[in-house]
This record gives sequence, C-alpha cells and structure tokens, in this order.
Amino acid sequence: MRALFLAIVLGLALPAAPAFAVQPDEILDDPDLERRARSISADLRCVVCRNESIDDSNAELARDMRLMVRERLVAGDTDAQVVNFLVERYGEYILLRPRSDGVNLILWVSAPVMLIAALGIAGVALRRRTATEKPLSPEEEARLRQILRD
Amino acid sequence: MIVELGHFALILAFAVALVQSVVPLVGAHRGWGDWMAAARPMASAQFALIAVSFAALTWAFVTSDFSVALVVDNSHTAKPMIYKISGVWGNHEGSLLLWVLILTLFGACAAWFGGNLPATLQARVLAVQSSIAAAFMAFTIFTSNPFWRTSFPPFDGRDLNPLLQDPGLALHPPFLYLGYVGLSLAFSFAVAALIEGRVDAAWGRWVRPWTLAAWVFLTIGIALGSWWAYYELGWGGFWFWDPVENASLMPWLFATALLHSAIVVEKRESLKAWTILLAILGFGFSLLGTFIVRSGLLTSVHAFATDPERGIWILMIFAFFMGGALMLFAWRGAAMEAKGVFATVSRESALVLNNVLLAVSSFVVFIGTMWPLVAEMFFDRVLTVGPPFFNMAFTPFFVALAVVLPVGAMLPWKRGNLGTPIRRLWGVGVLAIALGALTWTIQTGGSILAPIGVVLGIWVVIGAAADLWLRGGRGSPADRLRRMARLPRADWGKATAHAGLGVTMFAIAAMVGWETEDIRVAHIGQSFEHEGYTLTLTDVQRVQGPNFISTMAFVDVERDGRFIAELRPEKRMYPAAGMPTTEAAIDYGFFRDVYLALGDPQEGGGWALRTYIKPFANWLWAGCILMALGGLISLSDRRFRVAAGERRAPPQAHPAE
Repeated sequence: MRALFLAIVLGLALPAAPAFAVQPDEILDDPDLERRARSISADLRCVVCRNESIDDSNAELARDMRLMVRERLVAGDTDAQVVNFLVERYGEYILLRPRSDGVNLILWVSAPVMLIAALGIAGVALRRRTATEKPLSPEEEARLRQILRD
Repeated sequence: MIVELGHFALILAFAVALVQSVVPLVGAHRGWGDWMAAARPMASAQFALIAVSFAALTWAFVTSDFSVALVVDNSHTAKPMIYKISGVWGNHEGSLLLWVLILTLFGACAAWFGGNLPATLQARVLAVQSSIAAAFMAFTIFTSNPFWRTSFPPFDGRDLNPLLQDPGLALHPPFLYLGYVGLSLAFSFAVAALIEGRVDAAWGRWVRPWTLAAWVFLTIGIALGSWWAYYELGWGGFWFWDPVENASLMPWLFATALLHSAIVVEKRESLKAWTILLAILGFGFSLLGTFIVRSGLLTSVHAFATDPERGIWILMIFAFFMGGALMLFAWRGAAMEAKGVFATVSRESALVLNNVLLAVSSFVVFIGTMWPLVAEMFFDRVLTVGPPFFNMAFTPFFVALAVVLPVGAMLPWKRGNLGTPIRRLWGVGVLAIALGALTWTIQTGGSILAPIGVVLGIWVVIGAAADLWLRGGRGSPADRLRRMARLPRADWGKATAHAGLGVTMFAIAAMVGWETEDIRVAHIGQSFEHEGYTLTLTDVQRVQGPNFISTMAFVDVERDGRFIAELRPEKRMYPAAGMPTTEAAIDYGFFRDVYLALGDPQEGGGWALRTYIKPFANWLWAGCILMALGGLISLSDRRFRVAAGERRAPPQAHPAE
C-alpha cells in the first residue's frame, strides 16, 4: 500500500502494487464455474485496495471475497445472486461497474449526451459558418471577370 | 554548503520569476521596448538558477548527504547509482523541483527560439509562462521544500520505494512532466494571444511545434508507465483506469485535439477561438491531474485532510490560472474571427469531428474519475467507477475515431466530397473486413474484440499508407516512390503517427482477446504444458542483490522439443524499505510474450506459478513509439525550421507557402 501512496504523491501515472492474485488452491474443478467466478471477480473491487479488482489483488480480504464468490457459485447461485450477496456484505462500493440507478444514471448517460450535444453545437457552428459564405454579387462577378481577363 | 547554494538559487529564481511576470506585461501594454526585451535574459536566468538548484539536490543524492531530510527519506548508500539519481524525482518535493525545472526550460526555449515572434507577443508569452513558474516555485519553497536539513543526520537512509527502482520508472517521470509542463507553453501562447487580441496563421505555426513536442513526450511518458505496469505488477495488465493514469490520459487527449485544431488555424485561419480554448483546457487538465494525484483527493475523500495545505495550494494555482484564462477567453474569445470558410464536407470539418470525439472522450474520463467523489459528497453514495465502466464508455470514441480517420485524412481542405476518399479507400475497407472475418472464423469462439481490432488496425494502417501512396500521384511505381519521398515531412509524420494508433489499437484488442493464462502449483523438476509450450521449473534459489534479497525461480521454456529460453521470475524483498516486489520474467517475441510470475511456496511443496501467453504485446508499445516518432518526423518539417530561421532572413523573404 505504501507503493500506492507514493504513486499518488508523485503524480506518476502508475496503478496498484505487485500482486499474485488467484492462488492455485482456489481454482474450482469445474472449468465453467471457474470461468464464471473469474468474470464475476474481475468486476468486484477489493475493499482495502486502491482500484484493484479482487481478481487482481493479493490482499487477504480479496482472497476471502474470491473464496466467497466460489462458495456461492458451487452452492448453485446465479451470477447476479453472487454479486448481490457480496454487495449486501460490503456495500455498493465493491461494484467496479457502477449501478445505473438513481443519480448514477447521470454517469451512464453522460457519454452519449455529451457526444450528441457536442456534435449538435459543432454542426450548428459549421452551418452558420458555411452560411456566411455568400455568393458573389453581380458587380463582384463583373470585377472578377475583368481581373481574370487582365 | 552546496545544498544551501541550491536553496538560495531556488529563492532567487522565484524573485526573478515574480519580476518577469510583471515587467514584460507592462512593457507590452505601454509599448516600452526595453521592458519587453528584459523578459528574455530573465527567462534564461530563471532556467540557469533552477538548473543550479536541481544540480545541488542531485549532488546531495549522489553523495548520500544524509543531513538533508529528503535524501534520508528516499535514498540509501547501497542503492545503485542510477537509482540514486532517479531518487531525486522519486518523491514529492524533488519531483516538484523537476516540474519547475522543465517549466523554466520551456520558458527559456521560448526566449531562445522565439526571436521571430512579434516583440509584444513574445513578452506576453514569457510573462505568462513566468507567472506559472512563480506559482510553482512558491509552492515548492513554502510547502514542499526539498532542501530542509535534519538536526541529527542518521547513519543511513530509508531507501527509495523499491517499485521505483526500475529503469523504466527512472525515465517515466521526466517524460511525463515534459509532456504535462510542455502544455504550459501552449497555454501561455493562448493567454498571450487573448491579451493581444489577435490570432493568425503565424500564431498557429508557433504554437504547433511546442504542442507537438509536449505531445511526443507525453506519449512516451504514458507508454513507459504502461510498459512498467506490464512487466512489474505481475499479471501483465497495461492499463487500469486508475485515477493517476486517467490524470495523464486527459491532458494527452486534449493535446491530441489541440495538435489537430492548431493545423486548421495554421493552414486555414479557422477554429481560432476553439483552439485557444483547447490550449487552455489542455494545461488546465494537466494542472487538475497534478491536483488530483498530489492531494490524494481521489484515493479517498478523507485522505485530503492528511495534507490539506498542499492540496489547497494546487487548487488555488489551478483556480487562478484556469479562472483567469477562461474569464479572459469569455471576454476576448469572440473577437477571434475566423477568416477561412469551409464547406460541411472538408478536411476542416473532419478535424472538427476529431476534436469533438477527443474532447468528449476526455470529459467522459473526467466524469468517470470524479464521479465517486461527487456521489459521496452530494448524494451520500459510496461507490466505485472502475475499468468496466471506462471500457464501455470510452472505447466507442476511439472506435469511431479509427473509422473516420482514414477518410478524414484524405479529404481536401475547404471543400470536398465524401465520394472521392470512399472510392479510393473501399478496397482497404474490404480487405480489413475480410481479414477481420477470417480472424473471427479461425479463432473459434472467443470475444468479438480481437476481430474488431484486426479490422480497425488494418483500416487505419493501410489507410495511412494508401494516403501516402495516392499522394505520390500517377505514373509508374518508381515515379510514385520518388514523389512520395519528396512529400513534406509533416505528411510522413502524419501517416506514421496514424499508423501507430492503428497498431496500438490492434495490439490492445489482440492482447485482451487472445491472452491465455495458466495458474498452478509447479514442483521442482516437473514439466507442464501450456498452449504448446513445455515449461519446466528446474530450481528455486535465494539470490542476494545489491539492496534486496531475491527468491528466484528458474524455468526452462521449450516448444516442440526446441529450447526457447530460461526465464527467471523473482520475488524480491527490500529490507531497508521493508517492501516486497514481484519481478515477472518475460520472453519477448514478435508475435507473443511468454510471461511468468512467481507466487508463494505451497504447503504441500512446490511453488505457485502463473504463466501467460500475451499475443502481440510488444506491438502495443511499438505503436506508441510509432506515434511519438510520427510526432518527431512532423516536428522536423521544413516549415518549422524555416519559421525558426526567419529571424535571420530579411523580412521580405517570407516563404510562399
């Protein structure tokens, strides 16, 4: 964790600390269940780490959470049930993919809304700019012809 | 004594910076030539003084002067020399001094190479640049002074964080800062132009090389950081959407947008106000990134309280420069009238689209990064915004960029029609989609990501090559090649950088889509198979390093009975810092990396061992290098050199471009 702190303090573009996450003894025998376990744990945050999923973290707590995920899967839970089980214990904070309810809607729609707004503004600005390009008046055209003849 | 000299030089530089941020401004306003001219020697003096100061601090580190508190905290006598030197910027105070050094270096460069600038513009640029320097020097001197002595010098130091004792990381901060801080010069030019009330093609031509240089450094800096993460963190990830990474990505996106819009200012005298705004926002986001990471604001809201003074200083610096510049922009920005008109379908419009995509994607990163803070402060929800969100919200922007890039790059200035580039590129498009489809059928299942990466990569890379080829005109291939070789370097730079983007996008998709992993307990003397490779753990030994103890595994890698490499993944312990690190062992290859990471010894004997095959991993950084190289080629274009040499030429000898 000291490494993280240092990265923060230094303003380096560096992520978390070295890790050796999923231990060989955790791996489930059923490859399908294990695949589901991996994909669930990639989206869950290790509570004591900085921005690390439990799949990547070497913290004790992350290991506990990984084992919990696998336990629930073996017990026959669906993926959503497993996630809810963990969220009930550790809070919404562990979801690396934030929920899209309530105010979080703002977060989720921000990208498309900003894009549409920016394209709209750019489009209007471009149209206005093009509109200022007026065709030549008859006098100007006469003058142009004269210049070209010279 | 030398340390005190360095301290004194820093304070003196601060005084010079204060004078330099006022005198030339007054001079430019009143039209007093000597007051304006004073800016140039002062900029040189500032740089020289900070260089002395930085050298003094480096000397303290090199000689392990443990009467300096900073050296005690970040160095150790047993540390290799290169890390004693990199230890200078491996901490908050020292890195701030590096930041100031680069800031004054850019200021001095504007003084040395800016002789062809109008006197008032140069004076104003130097004054604005100097006011930024003054703010950061004050920050250094009053809150983060690197020269404090300790009353009781200890016998040895506490060592530099082991993670930072790495060649990639020794270079990462200087490059990153050259990029961040380089954007300050674009900012100074923008503010000076606003004060001046004038932006023309010449302004665009002066700003672009500086922005380009900053962008090249930033690209290299980010690539170095991501490469470091790849080989050091032990599972081969390369980008984590961490706040500190996002803080460097946002300025990069803005710098990229600025780079492109400045072309429009230079060539067509359009998009002036927008370019000014981008220059302000680009540096603004690099200040904001500094604030985010140095205040610790985003790790947790409460970490802010641990060092409120520093955070508040940077926030004040940020508020002053951004608030000031944006107010100035609101006041004067409208006066920047566009001269060049262009049709809806034209190179200009394509670059506007590029800018829209880049700027909005940067704001998406910004909102994602700040959202946890906003949600906690105003809505009482403690939540996380992690990689799944960013991947989903950010990726489409780059997919869209890649799709429009080759077409936009071929459109003519002023007025074009979409038919021509599409007619020329349809073959490339068909080829890309065909190869993507082929990849999709060969890979039997798996994610759609990699085939999409193939399509986009080929489309962008061949599209860039086709652009050059078509610009060679008609005639025999030899004629074309000859004409292509004579194209301006800016065109080659553009094609190279665009191809680099294509390569990087392909590599990211290939690596994420095709990576395979094996986690197991390996026993000494036993072999196992993974993806056609035979790996044998032959031994595990304890090895003493200069300032660490290593547990080193020896693994033979074979394929089809042929020996490929002996890999030595390690776990290191740095006793002085009391911290373990993992050192992955990688067999770098053209098409794949074999990546090994060593874990803990297991209860029943044997060692935990992770094996990854990372397809096309090196292509990711090769693409970044291509992008940076493209920037450098473009930077060497005649146009900039001619502009730089103009001051010696008689005034009527302007090149007719």
